[in-house]
Amino acid sequence: MKKATRQAYGEALEKLGHKNSNVVVLDADLSGSTKTAIFKKSFPERFFNMGIAEANMVDTAAGFSQVGKIPFASTFSMFGAGRAFEQVRQSMAYQKANVKLVTTHGGISVGEDGGSHQSIEDVAIMRTIPNMTVIVPADATETEKVINAIAEYVGPVYVRCSRMDTEILFDENYHFEIGKGNLLKDGDDVTIIANGLMVEEALKAQQMLSEKKISAAVINMACIKPIDKELIVKYAKKTGAIVTAEEHSYIGGLYGAVSEVVSKEYPVRMDYVAMEDQFGKSGKPEELMRYFNLTAEAIVKKAEALYSSKK
Amino acid sequence: MEERVQRLTELANELRVDILAMLVKSQSGHPGGSLSVIDVMTALYFEIAKIKKGDPNWVDRDRVVLSKGHVTPALFSVFAKLEFIEKKELMTFRQLNSRLQGHPDKKCPGVEVATGSLGHGLSMANGMALGLKMDGKPNRVFAILGDGEIQEGQVWEAAMAAAHYKLDNLIAVVDHNRLQIDGWVESVMTVSPVDEKFRAFGWEVLTIDGHDMNQILEAFEYALTIKNRPTVIVAHTVKGKGVSFMENQAKYHGTAPKMDEFKKALEEWNITDFDFSIFE
Repeated sequence: MKKATRQAYGEALEKLGHKNSNVVVLDADLSGSTKTAIFKKSFPERFFNMGIAEANMVDTAAGFSQVGKIPFASTFSMFGAGRAFEQVRQSMAYQKANVKLVTTHGGISVGEDGGSHQSIEDVAIMRTIPNMTVIVPADATETEKVINAIAEYVGPVYVRCSRMDTEILFDENYHFEIGKGNLLKDGDDVTIIANGLMVEEALKAQQMLSEKKISAAVINMACIKPIDKELIVKYAKKTGAIVTAEEHSYIGGLYGAVSEVVSKEYPVRMDYVAMEDQFGKSGKPEELMRYFNLTAEAIVKKAEALYSSKK
Repeated sequence: MEERVQRLTELANELRVDILAMLVKSQSGHPGGSLSVIDVMTALYFEIAKIKKGDPNWVDRDRVVLSKGHVTPALFSVFAKLEFIEKKELMTFRQLNSRLQGHPDKKCPGVEVATGSLGHGLSMANGMALGLKMDGKPNRVFAILGDGEIQEGQVWEAAMAAAHYKLDNLIAVVDHNRLQIDGWVESVMTVSPVDEKFRAFGWEVLTIDGHDMNQILEAFEYALTIKNRPTVIVAHTVKGKGVSFMENQAKYHGTAPKMDEFKKALEEWNITDFDFSIFE
């Protein structure tokens, strides 16, 4: 079964609205796309459309947090992390405001809208800001768990969801915790660390590698900050090779975050499957994922090369 | 003169001494805008807003957002008088490990939101006003902006939203001292007519002399009665107000006075008993 993580976000938010009357939601004229409209339908008095003014939206959310509300602010990743960067820095992170910036339409899988709307640098931008927690959920199940977890956590959070319908990978027993990665498949020869849409590709790659007699471990690193150092170091030691996979520039995102741990704690060979240093373009989401080599096949190729270089 | 007008005028002048003393000690900070806004801030903190001395976290307090965050000397001098911090702590302003950061930081009791990067405060004030309104609380939110600050586009996003959501529990003040770092506001980037701009955005607009305590109090008290829309008080002020050689000088936007300048100011104010041991 398929469901977009943005859809799961909207549904989780609505459920949360029933449980917690302090939750308020802000959107910048994209509630139909970000799916906050689902919350709006049930709780119109707690939904605030801020118009096409993302900077004002993020700061207004910060204001709400100062009088005991738990604001969720949503727009596309490009505008949340890009247009409103300085609002996130000053008003969310600097004063540790309890604001949840949950963006949708992250990465190139936005599709036809093209490069102007495809955020490939948001994770890097958000991750460099002190006090921030940064999460990229892999599927609909994880998204709901992330939304519940961040509502409990007091502090500024950035979450990136996707537009595209994707496979539901996990069942209800799946556990998400801020600061923890999840080992999905154990292996000895190489470790694939992925997040977001690339987790599904990583699982496919693991299958393909096992047919080639390469035993790959797969870790879902939905939480990029704070990152699960312990798990990374454990698998660097165990497999001696790591491929990261993300729908984001290779600069400063998951590859950057894992490299920072590995290079300091236990250097091993690494490579990435990610966007090269370039913008996206218009096309169907699936086409774009292939065009930019964000596929299971690309992961297999990198993993195989790393594995042979170890010998 | 009405008793409270006299009392608040004297208090504002007393705070002017503290402002300069802090700056002499730190040798870094913003005197001009602190001196232009202190009359308005004195009226607000000591007469208009529901604020409890010694209890910065009082749950039923009104909220004041200092959006023109560089005037921390004015803010902290008020906080010392309100016993949110000890007066001797003023001498740690801008020093390593002080709670009195260059720009308002929540480490310091009484600071509602971190500001300083211009253009953020009104938006945050909106969020607070919306939240308080939702909860049926009678509290007000006050936001103090600079006239240079309103060159930031976000101020107008916030102005639009405040009117859209009919935030009659929000009162903004524009400290219209006509100077910014690079010179006269009107030569750097025209902001006038400030009143007509806010009126066009759906606000109630009051224009006053921001150094006339009577006018300041009247404006705030009238603003408290306005329903269904936010109010802005455009306070015409003089940058560096109260010190002859600082008035209307862009230089003193961000240049701290030296000790000899401080002594000259004390002379102008006929203060002969200042305790210089605080600098030790």
